[in-house]
Amino acid sequence: MSTPPTSTPTSLRNAVIRLAGNSQDGIQSIGGFLARLAGRTQKDVMTYMTIPSTISGGPSIFQLHLGSGEVRSPGDESDVLVAFYQHSYDNHLSALRDGGICIYDPDEVKELKSERGIVHVPVPFTSATIEAIGGSSRDRGKNMFVLGLLCAMYQLDREKLSGIVARQFGKKSEDILRNAMLAFDAGYAYPVGDIGSFNFAEGEHLDENRISTDGNTLMTMGLLCAGVRYGSAYPITPWSPIMELLRTELPKYGGIYVQAEDELAAVAMTIGAAFAGHLAVTGSSGPGLSLKAEALSYASMAELPLIVINVQRGGPSTGLPTSVEQSDLLQAIYGSHGDAPRIVLGPQDVEDCFYIALEAGRLAREYSCPVIILSDQALSSRIEAFTEPDVDKHWVEPPLDITPRPADFKPYPLDQITRHAPPGTKMEGGKYPIVTGLEHDEWGHPSSSPVIHQKMTDKRRRKLEELARALPNPEIYGEAEGDLLIVGWGCTCGPIRETVDRLRSEGHRVSSTQIRHLHPLPAGIGDMFSRFRKVLVVEMNDSGVYGYGQLAMLLRAKLADPRIESFCKTDGLAFRIREVVAAAEKTLASA
Amino acid sequence: MSTATPDAPSADTAPEKLTKKILTADHPTWCPGCGDFAVLAAFYKVLEKLQYPHEKIVCVAGIGCSSRFPYFVNSHGIHFIHGRALPLATGVSLSRPDVHVFVFGGDGDGFSIGGNHLNHAARKNIKLTYVIMDNNVYGLTKKQTSPTSPQGFKSKTDPTGAIDRPINPMKQLLASGATFIARTHAAQVKHMMEVFERAILHDGFSVVECLSECVMFYAGSFDNSTPRKGGVYDIIDESAHDVTDDTAAFKLADEAAPGKFGVFYQVQRPTKNALEQKWIDAEQARLAGKSPKDVLKNRIAQMR
Repeated sequence: MSTPPTSTPTSLRNAVIRLAGNSQDGIQSIGGFLARLAGRTQKDVMTYMTIPSTISGGPSIFQLHLGSGEVRSPGDESDVLVAFYQHSYDNHLSALRDGGICIYDPDEVKELKSERGIVHVPVPFTSATIEAIGGSSRDRGKNMFVLGLLCAMYQLDREKLSGIVARQFGKKSEDILRNAMLAFDAGYAYPVGDIGSFNFAEGEHLDENRISTDGNTLMTMGLLCAGVRYGSAYPITPWSPIMELLRTELPKYGGIYVQAEDELAAVAMTIGAAFAGHLAVTGSSGPGLSLKAEALSYASMAELPLIVINVQRGGPSTGLPTSVEQSDLLQAIYGSHGDAPRIVLGPQDVEDCFYIALEAGRLAREYSCPVIILSDQALSSRIEAFTEPDVDKHWVEPPLDITPRPADFKPYPLDQITRHAPPGTKMEGGKYPIVTGLEHDEWGHPSSSPVIHQKMTDKRRRKLEELARALPNPEIYGEAEGDLLIVGWGCTCGPIRETVDRLRSEGHRVSSTQIRHLHPLPAGIGDMFSRFRKVLVVEMNDSGVYGYGQLAMLLRAKLADPRIESFCKTDGLAFRIREVVAAAEKTLASA
Repeated sequence: MSTATPDAPSADTAPEKLTKKILTADHPTWCPGCGDFAVLAAFYKVLEKLQYPHEKIVCVAGIGCSSRFPYFVNSHGIHFIHGRALPLATGVSLSRPDVHVFVFGGDGDGFSIGGNHLNHAARKNIKLTYVIMDNNVYGLTKKQTSPTSPQGFKSKTDPTGAIDRPINPMKQLLASGATFIARTHAAQVKHMMEVFERAILHDGFSVVECLSECVMFYAGSFDNSTPRKGGVYDIIDESAHDVTDDTAAFKLADEAAPGKFGVFYQVQRPTKNALEQKWIDAEQARLAGKSPKDVLKNRIAQMR
């Protein structure tokens, strides 16, 4: 093996690398290692991956956008494509920018296309890995070979990277670690010819503690910090990692997470823990949320606090279980029998998953009702780097309060928000409360009185009206007035802000806002919109029979403002910046 | 927290003595003559005997006539949705080891819409007591066939007589792994109280099927096990039946109507409550007194 490239490296601030292979090749772990490294070298990162929804695997990609400054999207097109197979090459060459570099395995990729000035570099990962590790390893470890190769190409911090690898594989066995490092070193030393090497500008994120992780993991950390100690769920993609992590972590906090027999039992057990006085969480993905709908309406009626996470995926039905979509907004807000008020929140990036979980805990307790968090497949699995959350500052002690309640206690007072007295609470008046899904009077007695039903419906709705008035308007990115306000929710934040930057640099008066409190909407949102000539709502759901996406429809219904326009797509892929730019330009150009 | 056990009543405040009067709440909405009145009366009496702290009694129910039960007991209570009382009670039991959880419901709630939950709560051996008031008919919705209606029973959904084979509650519960399985009768108050008390004192998932006649929609359904109506109330002789022998219990359960009454099966198996607590204890021992806040800080620091 020869030495790594020694020619003078080209300096750069951003790089988008797409790894295309099969899910069993371990390309996710290469991406994971690089993302972790970015966090450790003050860089920014955003990843994007597709995985097949079959167990035996299939074509899979991992795209990684590394940057010295802020990175807000996984990248529209890549600078480097690493193609493991012919199908990887055929399907992903179009994702490479003009003049980009395609590294391919000549043992697998036989037919090349000459187009757009793309530079082809053959690197036999399979045979070189077998040669490096020897024995009967076959091609296991070729992902580590590619990692070494990229490390050399981009002049990444080899010491830190091999440290991250060692920590991961060291957990398994010495043999596995040795083979991984042999493959890594062989990749690092492999001569890639005259494409040269690249050197990143120093990372600009100099804050002391920077972490890199995915949205599901961080959401779980937020729940733990919010005081969640109990709950139950049923496995479904892409929600499952949260329940697996809660199941593993909660015993350390004295809590329990239960794998239920089905979605209905999961939400029922969680409501049981909430009735018992705890802050509890259940979660699922779209179809599972539908199954939980009856019990969620119960929680609205009985006024029990509850966090429900929906990691959205492509629907309807089984749909596209491993693709991103934002088509459960209306289900989250209105998917109920009867008028069942609930709070709906949406995190705008991976970092926000922590803070939205805290917010959900706070609101569930304060308003004693279900709070649904709408995450999505993209947020759930992509890795970003950001400042470590301050646990000391945000820590919430679990809330169980069984101090005796005075004689005038009423579970459902008309003039106040319900505060339940959980089991174990002594009732000084001797009358014990009942929590119920039948319409009830202030003491919880069933009542079918027309007056009571109207008053109780008002009481349950009033909580959300109060919250709407208490909520600040969402943050504006850019100026507070202009020609166009782009409105988004959830994982579209990055591409939308990138769009704003591009259009502003071209002289357009464009701003954006990401709505985190989706229901109720902040009361002042109309004032905010009124300072713009046009409003464009960007979301990943269908424009429907009437031509407006789900959030656009709600905003138009609330504000009766014909200036609100809608841009939707449902191709299962996160927004590219150029798609949002094109839609914004079209809106700007219209009268 | 699951490990927290509230303090026992302090010595200076004499614990309130639980009486039927204290435990009585709203007047039952049941029809005159309904078997469920006797079940409620028996429950009051058993609670009077056991004298649990008032605030630690929790009654849970789903939907159905018998599921109105929590309104009629002055204790902490929750009236939930149809069929899901058991998973709700599971959430209470696992997260609050300091309270006593009682679940009440009917045959439709337990064996039909909630059937799968019964299997899983039983196999997990959740610490609670479940009384199924079986009247062999849907009463609240006014006479449709239930999963325990015998073949030939004429209802609004089976005008020519029930077509489908009914389930056998005892056999089903044996198969599902419940650790205390018994059968009693609302017209046999003394036996009912004995069975309830044994069920409540059992450390695990205890379930009692209690035949309770619906006088409106299935009058006379249990005459064959009501001696004053010429029936036979045949109680299991536990000197001849080994309650830990599930095969013997299965055979007993196979006897023709009206079958046997009493405890069919009882074994000790660790509850999920205990097994989860064992895991919690092991995890916490490993953490050697580290505060939950520090556990979280360390976990997040691993992502650096």
